[in-house]
Amino acid sequence: MESFFIRFKNVLVLVAVLLVQTIGLAVQVRRPVESGAPDSHEITLMRYWVVAAISPFERFFHAVGFDARSAWANYINLRHVRQQNLELQQQIARLRLEQAAFAEDAIQGHRLQALLNFQQNYIDTTVAAQVIGSSGSDLSHVLYIDKGADYGLKPDMAVITPDGIVGKLRDVFPHTSQVLLISDQTSGAGVLLSSTRILAILHGTPNGKLEITNLTADSRIKPGETVLTSGGDQIYPRGLPVGTIESIRPDPDHQPYTAIQVKPAADLSRLEEVLIITGTKPTLPRAAQKDLGIAADTAQAQAAAKAKAAADAEAAAEAAARSAAQIVADRLPSLHDPNAPAAAPATGANSSAPPVTTVPRPLPALHPDRYTPGDTPPAAVLTPGARSAPAINNPEPASENPPASGKSQPSTQPNPPQTEP
Amino acid sequence: MPTRSYTSRRELEQHTFSLVATVLVPLVAIFLQAFLSRLFPHFAILDLPLIVVLFFAISRRSPVAGTLTGAFVGLLQDALTNQPIGVNGMAKSAIGYVAASIGVQVDVESPLTRIVITFVFSIINSVLLFLIDRRLLGLPGYHLLWTHELLRACANTVIALPVYFLLDYAKRTD
Repeated sequence: MESFFIRFKNVLVLVAVLLVQTIGLAVQVRRPVESGAPDSHEITLMRYWVVAAISPFERFFHAVGFDARSAWANYINLRHVRQQNLELQQQIARLRLEQAAFAEDAIQGHRLQALLNFQQNYIDTTVAAQVIGSSGSDLSHVLYIDKGADYGLKPDMAVITPDGIVGKLRDVFPHTSQVLLISDQTSGAGVLLSSTRILAILHGTPNGKLEITNLTADSRIKPGETVLTSGGDQIYPRGLPVGTIESIRPDPDHQPYTAIQVKPAADLSRLEEVLIITGTKPTLPRAAQKDLGIAADTAQAQAAAKAKAAADAEAAAEAAARSAAQIVADRLPSLHDPNAPAAAPATGANSSAPPVTTVPRPLPALHPDRYTPGDTPPAAVLTPGARSAPAINNPEPASENPPASGKSQPSTQPNPPQTEP
Repeated sequence: MPTRSYTSRRELEQHTFSLVATVLVPLVAIFLQAFLSRLFPHFAILDLPLIVVLFFAISRRSPVAGTLTGAFVGLLQDALTNQPIGVNGMAKSAIGYVAASIGVQVDVESPLTRIVITFVFSIINSVLLFLIDRRLLGLPGYHLLWTHELLRACANTVIALPVYFLLDYAKRTD
Protein backbone atom coordinates (compact mmCIF):
# COMPACT_ATOMS: atom_id res chain seq x y z
CA MET A 1 0.00 0.00 0.00
CA GLU A 2 2.79 2.32 0.91
CA SER A 3 4.54 1.58 -2.34
CA PHE A 4 1.34 2.53 -4.21
CA PHE A 5 1.32 6.02 -2.75
CA ILE A 6 5.04 6.41 -3.33
CA ARG A 7 4.80 5.13 -6.87
CA PHE A 8 1.82 7.27 -7.83
CA LYS A 9 2.65 10.19 -5.59
CA ASN A 10 2.77 12.75 -8.39
CA VAL A 11 -0.52 11.71 -9.96
CA LEU A 12 -2.23 11.46 -6.60
CA VAL A 13 -1.16 14.96 -5.68
CA LEU A 14 -2.47 16.26 -8.99
CA VAL A 15 -5.77 14.44 -8.57
CA ALA A 16 -6.12 15.69 -5.02
CA VAL A 17 -5.42 19.29 -6.01
CA LEU A 18 -7.85 19.14 -8.92
CA LEU A 19 -10.51 17.44 -6.80
CA VAL A 20 -10.30 20.06 -4.08
CA GLN A 21 -10.59 22.85 -6.61
CA THR A 22 -13.48 21.14 -8.40
CA ILE A 23 -15.37 20.80 -5.14
CA GLY A 24 -14.57 24.44 -4.40
CA LEU A 25 -15.94 25.46 -7.79
CA ALA A 26 -19.08 23.42 -7.26
CA VAL A 27 -19.67 24.99 -3.86
CA GLN A 28 -19.25 28.49 -5.31
CA VAL A 29 -21.50 27.87 -8.30
CA ARG A 30 -24.27 26.14 -6.32
CA ARG A 31 -24.22 28.67 -3.50
CA PRO A 32 -27.64 30.32 -2.98
CA VAL A 33 -27.61 33.99 -3.91
CA GLU A 34 -27.51 36.23 -0.88
CA SER A 35 -28.43 39.86 -0.99
CA GLY A 36 -25.58 42.14 -1.95
CA ALA A 37 -22.82 39.51 -1.71
CA PRO A 38 -21.51 37.95 -4.92
CA ASP A 39 -19.33 35.44 -3.04
CA SER A 40 -19.39 33.57 0.22
CA HIS A 41 -17.56 34.98 3.22
CA GLU A 42 -14.55 32.67 2.76
CA ILE A 43 -14.14 33.47 -0.91
CA THR A 44 -14.51 37.18 -0.24
CA LEU A 45 -11.85 36.88 2.43
CA MET A 46 -9.50 35.15 0.03
CA ARG A 47 -10.07 37.78 -2.62
CA TYR A 48 -9.50 40.46 -0.03
CA TRP A 49 -6.13 39.00 0.97
CA VAL A 50 -4.92 38.95 -2.60
CA VAL A 51 -6.25 42.42 -3.34
CA ALA A 52 -4.72 43.71 -0.12
CA ALA A 53 -1.37 42.28 -1.18
CA ILE A 54 -1.51 43.68 -4.72
CA SER A 55 -3.39 46.96 -4.46
CA PRO A 56 -0.83 48.93 -2.38
CA PHE A 57 1.70 48.48 -5.17
CA GLU A 58 -0.90 49.34 -7.79
CA ARG A 59 -1.85 52.41 -5.82
CA PHE A 60 1.79 53.46 -5.46
CA PHE A 61 2.71 53.03 -9.12
CA HIS A 62 -0.54 54.59 -10.21
CA ALA A 63 0.17 57.64 -8.04
CA VAL A 64 3.70 57.95 -9.41
CA GLY A 65 2.53 57.63 -12.99
CA PHE A 66 -0.44 59.91 -12.39
CA ASP A 67 1.75 62.63 -10.89
CA ALA A 68 4.22 62.44 -13.76
CA ARG A 69 1.46 62.53 -16.35
CA SER A 70 -0.33 65.32 -14.50
CA ALA A 71 2.80 67.44 -14.37
CA TRP A 72 3.38 67.02 -18.07
CA ALA A 73 -0.29 67.52 -18.91
CA ASN A 74 -0.41 70.69 -16.77
CA TYR A 75 2.59 72.08 -18.60
CA ILE A 76 1.04 71.29 -21.96
CA ASN A 77 -2.35 72.64 -20.91
CA LEU A 78 -0.91 75.93 -19.68
CA ARG A 79 0.32 76.68 -23.17
CA HIS A 80 -3.19 76.66 -24.56
CA VAL A 81 -5.18 77.67 -21.53
CA ARG A 82 -6.24 81.09 -22.85
CA GLN A 83 -7.54 79.68 -26.12
CA GLN A 84 -9.24 76.83 -24.29
CA ASN A 85 -10.80 79.28 -21.88
CA LEU A 86 -12.30 81.26 -24.73
CA GLU A 87 -13.57 78.12 -26.39
CA LEU A 88 -15.07 76.89 -23.14
CA GLN A 89 -16.81 80.21 -22.54
CA GLN A 90 -18.29 80.04 -26.01
CA GLN A 91 -19.32 76.47 -25.34
CA ILE A 92 -20.96 77.46 -22.05
CA ALA A 93 -22.89 80.22 -23.80
CA ARG A 94 -24.02 77.81 -26.49
CA LEU A 95 -24.98 75.17 -23.93
CA ARG A 96 -26.92 77.73 -21.91
CA LEU A 97 -28.96 78.56 -24.98
CA GLU A 98 -29.50 74.88 -25.70
CA GLN A 99 -30.45 74.29 -22.09
CA ALA A 100 -32.91 77.15 -22.26
CA ALA A 101 -34.51 75.55 -25.31
CA PHE A 102 -35.03 72.33 -23.35
CA ALA A 103 -36.04 73.96 -20.08
CA GLU A 104 -39.68 74.39 -21.00
CA ASP A 105 -39.94 70.74 -22.04
CA ALA A 106 -38.20 69.63 -18.86
CA ILE A 107 -40.50 71.67 -16.66
CA GLN A 108 -43.50 70.33 -18.52
CA GLY A 109 -42.14 66.79 -18.21
CA HIS A 110 -41.74 67.18 -14.45
CA ARG A 111 -45.25 68.52 -14.20
CA LEU A 112 -46.65 65.57 -16.12
CA GLN A 113 -44.61 63.12 -14.06
CA ALA A 114 -45.99 64.65 -10.91
CA LEU A 115 -49.52 64.36 -12.32
CA LEU A 116 -49.00 60.70 -13.18
CA ASN A 117 -47.32 60.02 -9.83
CA PHE A 118 -44.33 58.68 -11.77
CA GLN A 119 -41.31 57.85 -9.62
CA GLN A 120 -38.07 59.04 -11.18
CA ASN A 121 -34.68 58.66 -9.51
CA TYR A 122 -32.12 61.39 -10.01
CA ILE A 123 -28.45 61.16 -9.13
CA ASP A 124 -27.99 62.91 -5.83
CA THR A 125 -24.53 62.07 -4.48
CA THR A 126 -21.48 60.57 -6.16
CA VAL A 127 -17.96 59.59 -5.13
CA ALA A 128 -15.09 60.11 -7.56
CA ALA A 129 -12.48 57.34 -7.69
CA GLN A 130 -9.31 56.54 -9.62
CA VAL A 131 -8.87 53.29 -11.49
CA ILE A 132 -5.74 51.60 -10.15
CA GLY A 133 -5.81 48.11 -11.59
CA SER A 134 -7.55 45.42 -13.56
CA SER A 135 -8.03 41.67 -13.38
CA GLY A 136 -5.23 41.17 -15.88
CA SER A 137 -7.32 38.72 -17.88
CA ASP A 138 -9.26 39.35 -21.05
CA LEU A 139 -11.83 36.81 -19.90
CA SER A 140 -12.74 38.80 -16.82
CA HIS A 141 -13.65 42.44 -17.35
CA VAL A 142 -13.21 43.98 -13.93
CA LEU A 143 -11.36 47.03 -12.62
CA TYR A 144 -10.09 48.06 -9.23
CA ILE A 145 -10.65 51.56 -7.85
CA ASP A 146 -8.96 53.31 -4.97
CA LYS A 147 -12.12 53.86 -2.89
CA GLY A 148 -13.87 51.30 -0.75
CA ALA A 149 -16.18 50.88 2.19
CA ASP A 150 -14.45 53.74 3.98
CA TYR A 151 -16.13 56.09 1.49
CA GLY A 152 -19.53 54.53 1.98
CA LEU A 153 -19.40 52.33 -1.10
CA LYS A 154 -21.52 49.19 -1.23
CA PRO A 155 -21.93 46.33 -3.69
CA ASP A 156 -24.25 46.93 -6.67
CA MET A 157 -23.72 50.70 -6.73
CA ALA A 158 -23.64 52.07 -10.27
CA VAL A 159 -20.32 53.28 -11.68
CA ILE A 160 -20.45 55.91 -14.41
CA THR A 161 -18.42 58.52 -16.25
CA PRO A 162 -19.73 61.74 -17.79
CA ASP A 163 -19.80 59.86 -21.11
CA GLY A 164 -21.91 56.93 -19.97
CA ILE A 165 -22.29 53.98 -17.65
CA VAL A 166 -19.27 51.83 -16.80
CA GLY A 167 -20.57 49.03 -14.60
CA LYS A 168 -21.37 48.32 -10.98
CA LEU A 169 -19.46 47.57 -7.81
CA ARG A 170 -19.05 43.85 -7.28
CA ASP A 171 -16.79 43.44 -4.27
CA VAL A 172 -16.18 46.26 -1.83
CA PHE A 173 -13.15 46.05 0.44
CA PRO A 174 -12.18 48.59 3.10
CA HIS A 175 -9.96 50.71 0.82
CA THR A 176 -10.52 49.20 -2.61
CA SER A 177 -13.45 48.08 -4.70
CA GLN A 178 -13.89 45.79 -7.65
CA VAL A 179 -15.92 47.22 -10.54
CA LEU A 180 -17.68 44.75 -12.81
CA LEU A 181 -17.73 46.35 -16.27
CA ILE A 182 -20.89 46.17 -18.36
CA SER A 183 -18.79 44.44 -21.03
CA ASP A 184 -18.31 41.37 -18.82
CA GLN A 185 -20.45 38.43 -19.76
CA THR A 186 -21.89 38.17 -16.25
CA SER A 187 -22.98 41.80 -16.35
CA GLY A 188 -26.27 43.25 -17.57
CA ALA A 189 -28.39 46.38 -17.63
CA GLY A 190 -31.93 47.38 -18.50
CA VAL A 191 -31.82 49.72 -21.48
CA LEU A 192 -34.10 51.80 -23.64
CA LEU A 193 -33.65 52.62 -27.32
CA SER A 194 -33.93 56.39 -27.41
CA SER A 195 -35.94 57.00 -30.58
CA THR A 196 -38.13 53.91 -30.70
CA ARG A 197 -38.55 53.71 -26.88
CA ILE A 198 -38.13 49.93 -27.01
CA LEU A 199 -37.06 48.34 -23.72
CA ALA A 200 -34.32 45.72 -23.85
CA ILE A 201 -31.69 43.94 -21.77
CA LEU A 202 -28.05 44.62 -22.49
CA HIS A 203 -25.29 42.24 -21.46
CA GLY A 204 -21.62 41.67 -22.11
CA THR A 205 -20.09 38.94 -24.21
CA PRO A 206 -17.04 36.74 -23.51
CA ASN A 207 -14.97 38.87 -25.89
CA GLY A 208 -15.89 42.13 -24.14
CA LYS A 209 -18.61 43.47 -26.46
CA LEU A 210 -22.03 44.79 -25.51
CA GLU A 211 -25.02 43.02 -26.96
CA ILE A 212 -28.81 43.09 -26.89
CA THR A 213 -30.21 39.67 -27.68
CA ASN A 214 -33.80 39.76 -26.44
CA LEU A 215 -35.32 41.70 -29.35
CA THR A 216 -36.81 40.28 -32.51
CA ALA A 217 -36.11 41.85 -35.90
CA ASP A 218 -37.63 45.33 -36.11
CA SER A 219 -37.21 47.61 -39.09
CA ARG A 220 -37.39 50.67 -36.83
CA ILE A 221 -34.15 49.78 -35.06
CA LYS A 222 -31.28 51.24 -37.03
CA PRO A 223 -27.51 51.45 -36.44
CA GLY A 224 -26.52 54.71 -34.81
CA GLU A 225 -29.49 54.82 -32.46
CA THR A 226 -28.65 55.91 -28.95
CA VAL A 227 -29.16 53.44 -26.11
CA LEU A 228 -30.03 54.75 -22.64
CA THR A 229 -30.56 53.12 -19.28
CA SER A 230 -34.19 52.33 -18.55
CA GLY A 231 -33.91 52.30 -14.78
CA GLY A 232 -35.68 48.96 -14.61
CA ASP A 233 -32.69 47.12 -13.18
CA GLN A 234 -32.74 49.21 -9.97
CA ILE A 235 -29.00 49.84 -10.33
CA TYR A 236 -28.54 52.46 -13.04
CA PRO A 237 -30.76 55.55 -12.87
CA ARG A 238 -32.97 56.12 -15.86
CA GLY A 239 -31.70 58.11 -18.85
CA LEU A 240 -27.94 57.63 -18.59
CA PRO A 241 -26.18 57.08 -21.92
CA VAL A 242 -25.07 53.51 -22.55
CA GLY A 243 -23.87 53.62 -26.15
CA THR A 244 -24.97 53.55 -29.75
CA ILE A 245 -26.12 50.64 -31.88
CA GLU A 246 -23.24 49.47 -34.02
CA SER A 247 -24.68 46.53 -35.95
CA ILE A 248 -27.80 44.41 -36.14
CA ARG A 249 -27.70 40.81 -37.33
CA PRO A 250 -29.76 37.67 -36.81
CA ASP A 251 -28.66 35.66 -33.78
CA PRO A 252 -27.86 32.16 -35.08
CA ASP A 253 -28.04 30.66 -31.59
CA HIS A 254 -31.38 32.20 -30.59
CA GLN A 255 -33.74 32.48 -33.55
CA PRO A 256 -35.85 34.56 -34.18
CA TYR A 257 -34.02 37.06 -32.03
CA THR A 258 -31.41 39.49 -33.30
CA ALA A 259 -27.96 40.22 -31.93
CA ILE A 260 -27.68 43.98 -31.64
CA GLN A 261 -24.14 45.06 -30.92
CA VAL A 262 -23.75 48.28 -28.97
CA LYS A 263 -20.68 50.50 -28.90
CA PRO A 264 -20.25 51.74 -25.32
CA ALA A 265 -20.45 55.50 -24.79
CA ALA A 266 -17.66 55.38 -22.21
CA ASP A 267 -14.26 54.15 -23.33
CA LEU A 268 -14.11 51.10 -21.10
CA SER A 269 -10.55 50.22 -22.03
CA ARG A 270 -9.04 53.56 -21.03
CA LEU A 271 -10.78 54.57 -17.84
CA GLU A 272 -8.85 56.82 -15.49
CA GLU A 273 -11.51 58.25 -13.21
CA VAL A 274 -15.03 57.08 -12.52
CA LEU A 275 -17.98 58.25 -10.45
CA ILE A 276 -19.85 55.93 -8.11
CA ILE A 277 -23.49 56.83 -7.55
CA THR A 278 -23.96 56.62 -3.81
CA GLY A 279 -27.39 58.18 -3.57
CA THR A 280 -30.47 58.92 -5.66
CA LYS A 281 -33.68 60.77 -4.85
CA PRO A 282 -37.01 61.30 -6.57
CA THR A 283 -36.58 65.05 -6.99
CA LEU A 284 -33.99 66.94 -8.92
CA PRO A 285 -30.85 67.83 -6.96
CA ARG A 286 -30.56 71.41 -5.79
CA ALA A 287 -27.86 72.27 -8.30
CA ALA A 288 -29.92 70.85 -11.16
CA GLN A 289 -32.97 72.75 -9.96
CA LYS A 290 -30.90 75.92 -9.90
CA ASP A 291 -29.64 75.23 -13.43
CA LEU A 292 -33.18 74.55 -14.58
CA GLY A 293 -34.34 77.81 -13.01
CA ILE A 294 -31.55 79.71 -14.77
CA ALA A 295 -32.48 78.00 -18.02
CA ALA A 296 -36.14 78.88 -17.57
CA ASP A 297 -35.21 82.52 -16.87
CA THR A 298 -32.99 82.52 -19.93
CA ALA A 299 -35.83 81.09 -21.99
CA GLN A 300 -38.20 83.80 -20.71
CA ALA A 301 -35.62 86.47 -21.39
CA GLN A 302 -35.15 85.09 -24.87
CA ALA A 303 -38.90 85.10 -25.49
CA ALA A 304 -39.21 88.67 -24.18
CA ALA A 305 -36.28 89.80 -26.33
CA LYS A 306 -37.86 88.13 -29.34
CA ALA A 307 -41.21 89.81 -28.69
CA LYS A 308 -39.49 93.17 -28.19
CA ALA A 309 -37.56 92.73 -31.40
CA ALA A 310 -40.78 91.93 -33.26
CA ALA A 311 -42.52 94.97 -31.77
CA ASP A 312 -39.55 97.18 -32.64
CA ALA A 313 -39.54 95.86 -36.18
CA GLU A 314 -43.27 96.53 -36.49
CA ALA A 315 -42.88 100.04 -35.10
CA ALA A 316 -39.98 100.69 -37.42
CA ALA A 317 -42.03 99.49 -40.40
CA GLU A 318 -44.93 101.67 -39.33
CA ALA A 319 -42.64 104.64 -38.87
CA ALA A 320 -41.09 104.01 -42.24
CA ALA A 321 -44.53 103.87 -43.87
CA ARG A 322 -45.55 107.02 -42.06
CA SER A 323 -42.37 108.70 -43.11
CA ALA A 324 -43.00 107.68 -46.72
CA ALA A 325 -46.51 109.08 -46.55
CA GLN A 326 -45.13 112.30 -45.12
CA ILE A 327 -42.59 112.54 -47.92
CA VAL A 328 -45.29 111.96 -50.51
CA ALA A 329 -47.50 114.49 -48.81
CA ASP A 330 -44.69 117.02 -48.78
CA ARG A 331 -43.98 116.56 -52.46
CA LEU A 332 -47.57 116.80 -53.66
CA PRO A 333 -48.44 120.42 -54.46
CA SER A 334 -52.17 120.00 -53.89
CA LEU A 335 -51.60 119.02 -50.36
CA HIS A 336 -50.21 122.42 -49.47
CA ASP A 337 -52.70 125.16 -48.81
CA PRO A 338 -50.87 128.47 -49.05
CA ASN A 339 -53.80 130.21 -47.41
CA ALA A 340 -53.83 127.95 -44.43
CA PRO A 341 -52.71 129.51 -41.18
CA ALA A 342 -49.35 128.60 -39.96
CA ALA A 343 -49.35 125.60 -37.71
CA ALA A 344 -49.31 126.47 -34.09
CA PRO A 345 -46.16 125.46 -32.33
CA ALA A 346 -46.56 122.27 -30.34
CA THR A 347 -46.84 122.94 -26.67
CA GLY A 348 -47.45 121.00 -23.57
CA ALA A 349 -49.17 117.69 -24.03
CA ASN A 350 -49.59 118.24 -27.77
CA SER A 351 -45.88 118.08 -28.28
CA SER A 352 -45.89 114.45 -27.53
CA ALA A 353 -48.88 113.70 -29.84
CA PRO A 354 -47.99 112.05 -33.14
CA PRO A 355 -48.05 114.37 -36.16
CA VAL A 356 -51.29 114.31 -38.10
CA THR A 357 -50.68 113.52 -41.73
CA THR A 358 -52.94 114.56 -44.59
CA VAL A 359 -54.31 111.77 -46.69
CA PRO A 360 -53.00 112.35 -50.22
CA ARG A 361 -55.59 113.03 -52.82
CA PRO A 362 -55.25 111.81 -56.38
CA LEU A 363 -54.25 114.17 -59.13
CA PRO A 364 -57.02 115.56 -61.30
CA ALA A 365 -57.48 113.62 -64.56
CA LEU A 366 -56.54 115.24 -67.84
CA HIS A 367 -59.39 113.52 -69.64
CA PRO A 368 -62.08 112.63 -67.11
CA ASP A 369 -64.40 109.77 -67.84
CA ARG A 370 -66.97 107.79 -65.90
CA TYR A 371 -64.30 106.23 -63.77
CA THR A 372 -62.66 109.43 -62.74
CA PRO A 373 -62.94 110.01 -58.99
CA GLY A 374 -65.62 112.56 -58.23
CA ASP A 375 -67.41 112.10 -61.53
CA THR A 376 -69.72 109.41 -60.27
CA PRO A 377 -73.09 110.95 -59.40
CA PRO A 378 -74.28 110.54 -55.85
CA ALA A 379 -76.54 107.61 -55.18
CA ALA A 380 -79.42 109.91 -54.24
CA VAL A 381 -79.85 111.18 -57.77
CA LEU A 382 -79.60 107.83 -59.49
CA THR A 383 -82.69 105.98 -60.62
CA PRO A 384 -82.88 102.31 -59.71
CA GLY A 385 -82.60 100.14 -62.83
CA ALA A 386 -81.39 103.00 -64.99
CA ARG A 387 -77.99 102.76 -66.61
CA SER A 388 -75.78 105.76 -66.32
CA ALA A 389 -74.55 107.14 -69.62
CA PRO A 390 -70.84 107.31 -70.21
CA ALA A 391 -69.69 110.69 -69.10
CA ILE A 392 -67.16 111.34 -71.77
CA ASN A 393 -66.56 114.99 -72.25
CA ASN A 394 -63.55 114.53 -74.37
CA PRO A 395 -63.55 111.46 -76.65
CA GLU A 396 -59.88 111.79 -77.39
CA PRO A 397 -57.78 109.03 -75.96
CA ALA A 398 -55.61 109.87 -73.04
CA SER A 399 -52.01 110.29 -73.85
CA GLU A 400 -49.71 107.67 -72.51
CA ASN A 401 -47.40 110.22 -71.02
CA PRO A 402 -49.48 112.75 -69.24
CA PRO A 403 -47.91 116.08 -68.44
CA ALA A 404 -46.68 116.86 -65.05
CA SER A 405 -49.30 117.48 -62.48
CA GLY A 406 -48.15 120.96 -61.77
CA LYS A 407 -48.68 122.07 -65.39
CA SER A 408 -52.15 120.62 -65.88
CA GLN A 409 -55.40 122.52 -65.51
CA PRO A 410 -57.78 119.99 -64.07
CA SER A 411 -61.51 120.42 -63.88
CA THR A 412 -62.53 120.36 -60.31
CA GLN A 413 -66.27 120.30 -60.99
CA PRO A 414 -67.85 116.92 -61.30
CA ASN A 415 -69.70 116.13 -64.48
CA PRO A 416 -73.47 116.37 -64.34
CA PRO A 417 -75.21 113.07 -64.02
CA GLN A 418 -76.40 111.62 -67.24
CA THR A 419 -79.11 109.10 -67.46
CA GLU A 420 -80.08 106.97 -70.34
CA PRO A 421 -83.60 107.63 -71.71
CA MET B 1 35.20 29.78 -17.71
CA PRO B 2 33.56 26.38 -17.86
CA THR B 3 31.37 25.71 -20.85
CA ARG B 4 28.25 23.71 -20.28
CA SER B 5 26.42 21.67 -22.81
CA TYR B 6 22.63 21.78 -22.86
CA THR B 7 22.55 18.00 -22.63
CA SER B 8 25.04 17.66 -19.86
CA ARG B 9 24.13 15.71 -16.77
CA ARG B 10 24.46 18.87 -14.69
CA GLU B 11 21.78 20.63 -16.70
CA LEU B 12 19.34 17.82 -16.18
CA GLU B 13 19.64 18.18 -12.45
CA GLN B 14 16.89 19.78 -10.46
CA HIS B 15 17.10 23.47 -9.66
CA THR B 16 15.82 25.00 -6.50
CA PHE B 17 14.75 28.52 -5.68
CA SER B 18 14.89 30.57 -2.54
CA LEU B 19 11.66 31.09 -0.63
CA VAL B 20 11.72 34.79 -1.49
CA ALA B 21 11.94 34.03 -5.20
CA THR B 22 9.29 31.32 -4.92
CA VAL B 23 6.78 33.72 -3.36
CA LEU B 24 7.85 37.02 -4.85
CA VAL B 25 8.15 36.06 -8.52
CA PRO B 26 4.52 34.84 -8.86
CA LEU B 27 3.28 37.89 -6.96
CA VAL B 28 5.27 40.26 -9.17
CA ALA B 29 3.98 38.47 -12.27
CA ILE B 30 0.39 38.81 -11.11
CA PHE B 31 0.92 42.44 -10.15
CA LEU B 32 2.47 43.27 -13.53
CA GLN B 33 -0.30 41.43 -15.33
CA ALA B 34 -2.99 43.38 -13.47
CA PHE B 35 -1.23 46.74 -13.54
CA LEU B 36 0.04 46.75 -17.11
CA SER B 37 -3.28 45.48 -18.47
CA ARG B 38 -4.88 48.66 -17.17
CA LEU B 39 -2.25 50.89 -18.79
CA PHE B 40 -2.10 48.92 -22.03
CA PRO B 41 -5.38 47.04 -22.61
CA HIS B 42 -3.81 44.79 -25.26
CA PHE B 43 -1.40 43.49 -22.61
CA ALA B 44 -4.25 41.36 -21.28
CA ILE B 45 -3.65 38.94 -24.13
CA LEU B 46 -0.46 37.88 -22.35
CA ASP B 47 -0.38 35.46 -19.44
CA LEU B 48 2.67 36.24 -17.30
CA PRO B 49 1.55 33.91 -14.49
CA LEU B 50 1.46 31.03 -16.97
CA ILE B 51 5.04 31.79 -18.02
CA VAL B 52 6.11 31.79 -14.39
CA VAL B 53 4.37 28.47 -13.75
CA LEU B 54 6.05 26.95 -16.78
CA PHE B 55 9.45 28.23 -15.71
CA PHE B 56 9.21 26.90 -12.16
CA ALA B 57 7.80 23.58 -13.34
CA ILE B 58 10.44 22.84 -15.95
CA SER B 59 13.26 24.14 -13.75
CA ARG B 60 12.36 22.13 -10.68
CA ARG B 61 11.48 19.06 -12.73
CA SER B 62 9.20 17.91 -9.95
CA PRO B 63 5.55 17.21 -10.90
CA VAL B 64 4.40 17.73 -7.33
CA ALA B 65 6.13 21.10 -7.12
CA GLY B 66 4.80 21.99 -10.55
CA THR B 67 1.26 21.10 -9.53
CA LEU B 68 1.42 23.07 -6.31
CA THR B 69 3.07 26.08 -7.99
CA GLY B 70 0.39 26.03 -10.69
CA ALA B 71 -2.37 25.81 -8.11
CA PHE B 72 -0.88 28.65 -6.04
CA VAL B 73 -0.41 31.00 -9.00
CA GLY B 74 -3.74 30.10 -10.57
CA LEU B 75 -5.68 30.68 -7.36
CA LEU B 76 -3.99 34.05 -6.88
CA GLN B 77 -4.90 34.93 -10.43
CA ASP B 78 -8.51 33.87 -9.86
CA ALA B 79 -8.77 36.00 -6.76
CA LEU B 80 -8.34 39.16 -8.86
CA THR B 81 -11.06 38.23 -11.33
CA ASN B 82 -14.81 37.88 -10.96
CA GLN B 83 -14.65 34.22 -11.91
CA PRO B 84 -15.12 31.48 -9.33
CA ILE B 85 -11.90 30.69 -7.50
CA GLY B 86 -10.33 27.64 -9.07
CA VAL B 87 -10.76 28.16 -12.81
CA ASN B 88 -7.17 29.23 -13.43
CA GLY B 89 -6.07 27.17 -10.45
CA MET B 90 -7.20 23.92 -12.06
CA ALA B 91 -5.82 24.79 -15.48
CA LYS B 92 -2.43 25.83 -14.17
CA SER B 93 -2.20 22.89 -11.77
CA ALA B 94 -2.54 20.54 -14.71
CA ILE B 95 -0.11 22.56 -16.78
CA GLY B 96 2.44 22.64 -13.96
CA TYR B 97 2.19 18.88 -13.59
CA VAL B 98 2.57 18.14 -17.31
CA ALA B 99 5.33 20.69 -17.83
CA ALA B 100 7.35 19.29 -14.94
CA SER B 101 6.83 15.77 -16.24
CA ILE B 102 8.13 16.83 -19.63
CA GLY B 103 11.01 18.66 -18.00
CA VAL B 104 12.14 15.36 -16.50
CA GLN B 105 12.23 13.72 -19.92
CA VAL B 106 13.72 16.37 -22.20
CA ASP B 107 16.28 19.10 -22.00
CA VAL B 108 14.33 22.28 -21.35
CA GLU B 109 17.25 24.68 -21.23
CA SER B 110 17.41 24.99 -24.98
CA PRO B 111 15.72 28.16 -26.32
CA LEU B 112 14.01 26.14 -29.03
CA THR B 113 12.54 23.75 -26.48
CA ARG B 114 11.38 26.70 -24.40
CA ILE B 115 9.69 28.27 -27.42
CA VAL B 116 7.86 25.06 -28.26
CA ILE B 117 6.87 24.39 -24.66
CA THR B 118 5.56 27.91 -24.11
CA PHE B 119 3.59 27.95 -27.35
CA VAL B 120 2.05 24.52 -26.84
CA PHE B 121 1.20 25.04 -23.19
CA SER B 122 -0.33 28.41 -23.94
CA ILE B 123 -2.73 26.69 -26.34
CA ILE B 124 -3.38 23.94 -23.77
CA ASN B 125 -4.12 26.57 -21.13
CA SER B 126 -6.70 28.21 -23.43
CA VAL B 127 -8.34 24.87 -24.15
CA LEU B 128 -8.46 23.97 -20.44
CA LEU B 129 -9.99 27.34 -19.55
CA PHE B 130 -12.57 26.87 -22.30
CA LEU B 131 -13.45 23.40 -21.05
CA ILE B 132 -13.75 24.54 -17.44
CA ASP B 133 -15.83 27.60 -18.33
CA ARG B 134 -18.05 25.92 -20.89
CA ARG B 135 -18.40 22.36 -19.62
CA LEU B 136 -17.81 22.60 -15.88
CA LEU B 137 -19.35 26.00 -15.16
CA GLY B 138 -21.77 25.95 -18.09
CA LEU B 139 -21.18 29.56 -19.12
CA PRO B 140 -23.23 30.25 -22.25
CA GLY B 141 -21.88 31.93 -25.37
CA TYR B 142 -18.28 31.08 -24.64
CA HIS B 143 -16.49 30.10 -27.85
CA LEU B 144 -12.89 29.25 -28.44
CA LEU B 145 -11.58 31.79 -30.94
CA TRP B 146 -8.66 29.95 -32.46
CA THR B 147 -7.09 32.97 -34.15
CA HIS B 148 -7.14 34.86 -30.90
CA GLU B 149 -5.70 31.93 -28.98
CA LEU B 150 -2.92 31.46 -31.55
CA LEU B 151 -2.10 35.14 -31.25
CA ARG B 152 -2.05 34.78 -27.48
CA ALA B 153 0.30 31.80 -27.76
CA CYS B 154 2.64 33.71 -30.06
CA ALA B 155 2.65 36.73 -27.77
CA ASN B 156 3.33 34.56 -24.73
CA THR B 157 6.19 32.85 -26.54
CA VAL B 158 7.78 36.13 -27.54
CA ILE B 159 7.60 37.59 -24.05
CA ALA B 160 8.58 34.32 -22.37
CA LEU B 161 12.11 34.16 -23.72
CA PRO B 162 13.41 37.32 -21.99
CA VAL B 163 11.42 36.45 -18.86
CA TYR B 164 13.05 33.01 -18.73
CA PHE B 165 16.41 34.65 -19.23
CA LEU B 166 15.82 36.96 -16.26
CA LEU B 167 14.45 34.21 -14.06
CA ASP B 168 17.48 32.02 -14.78
CA TYR B 169 19.37 34.27 -12.36
CA ALA B 170 17.11 33.15 -9.53
CA LYS B 171 18.08 29.50 -9.95
CA ARG B 172 20.07 27.62 -7.36
CA THR B 173 21.59 24.43 -8.68
CA ASP B 174 21.72 21.56 -6.21
